[in-house]
Amino acid sequence: MLILLLIACSLRAAGADQPSGGTDVDVPGIIFGHIGDSYEWHITTWRGHSIAIPLPVIVRSRTTGWHVFSSHHLEEGEYEGFHIDPDSGKIVDSAGVRPFDISITKNVLSLMMSCLLLVVVILLTARWYRRHDPEKEAPSGLAAAVEPLVMMIHEMARDNIGEQDYRRYSPYLCTAFLFILLNNFLGIVPFFPGGANLTGNIAITMVLAICTFLTVNLTGTKHYYKDIFNPDVPGFLKPIMPVIEIFSTLMKPVSLTIRLFANMLAGHILILSLVCIIFIMAKYGAVLFGAMTVVSVVFGVFMDLLECLVAFIQAYVFTMLSSIYIGLARQKEE
Amino acid sequence: MDLITPDSGLLFWMVLIFGIVLFLLWKFGFPIITQGVEKRTRHIDEALRLSREAEARMQELAGEQQRLLDKTRAEQTEIIREATRTREQMIAQAREEARQEADKLIEKARIEIAAEKESALREVRREVALLSTGIAEKVLRKELSDDDAQAAYLNRLVDEMTSRQNTDKS
Repeated sequence: MLILLLIACSLRAAGADQPSGGTDVDVPGIIFGHIGDSYEWHITTWRGHSIAIPLPVIVRSRTTGWHVFSSHHLEEGEYEGFHIDPDSGKIVDSAGVRPFDISITKNVLSLMMSCLLLVVVILLTARWYRRHDPEKEAPSGLAAAVEPLVMMIHEMARDNIGEQDYRRYSPYLCTAFLFILLNNFLGIVPFFPGGANLTGNIAITMVLAICTFLTVNLTGTKHYYKDIFNPDVPGFLKPIMPVIEIFSTLMKPVSLTIRLFANMLAGHILILSLVCIIFIMAKYGAVLFGAMTVVSVVFGVFMDLLECLVAFIQAYVFTMLSSIYIGLARQKEE
Repeated sequence: MDLITPDSGLLFWMVLIFGIVLFLLWKFGFPIITQGVEKRTRHIDEALRLSREAEARMQELAGEQQRLLDKTRAEQTEIIREATRTREQMIAQAREEARQEADKLIEKARIEIAAEKESALREVRREVALLSTGIAEKVLRKELSDDDAQAAYLNRLVDEMTSRQNTDKS
């Protein structure tokens, strides 16, 4: 399946980024087009025509109010007073001002689909447990596939947070883990349902990290806050320690955000760059082109496999660090 | 740069959608799954513990059975030995009794035979005494039929007696 996926990956690149022979390949354009967000879901370009799924644009301008229209209107230029700014790629009005923009973009659609999938899968699994007596039957089908992942995180939460109140946090950690894992893997899949670089988007990882931050700091114990504001240190350190502690508390979500975002983004950029090498080499003659194609396919396969590993590791690391932070905030006075 | 500035629209949707997902899964998803699995884990642990206990108990029972068997066998041997001894004792006793009885009978017979013999002898002796007195009377009557012979006999008797007295004195 993975091999098929990789072939598909190469095909997508071949289809979508078909350079008109001889001209220079716009490598940054291709790469940022793939890892960034857009108002339409571009699938391929066929004989000069772009084939894309148009998505709804929802904007609210200060002057003209709400506007809802399909994104394919923007292809021709201005529509209802809005056009896409060529520098930022965002919708601006005729005066160049960004409206309040909650359009269903490629990332939002991907987010909706993956979340729907996640909810359906988990609720179906939960339904199995509701309908069957787990003491009498072994799980089968979906339940058997989802259960190990859920229990892995559940047990990690128990180890890191403690026997007493890990049950309150385990659902959040499971949700975060499965959300990141699913979107990481969907990000590797190169064609339509996947392909959006969701976990490599800073807005997504930021929301996840803020969820962890709020969970940690809204449910912290007295002991945790005492350690931040009045730690047991020699007198001359007393005024400095709270500053350091608060800074470290604020840096935890930042590091969570950037770790996940940067890891996924870097993986995507690397794979796309390797694919782009093929098209760059097209104009240097058959020998070099062929040789480099083999090299980049081999490296692409390697990178894709590595990405599968990274997809899991990053989801796991995010969840594990979240659970450790929660565990630290739940520690009791000895 | 575009990449590291979070987009407000995506932030909005992410908060909304992730919030809904989190709520749904928190309420209806994960707790049910984890509780089910934990219930099963406890059940399996319990079953394993029970089976271990049953195994231990079975071994104990087997040992008990073996012990009982050994004991029974020992008792059996003991009983057989006891029976053999009793039998031998009984035979010996019977033999002893029989011998004593026989001895007694023999003794009695011997005494009776002795008594019979004594009485027979006595009878014979009386018969002989009568016979000899009869013969002596007949002889004496014949020899002392006249007075001279009687006197001569008396004299001889007197002589004999005096000589015997003399020899006794000397």
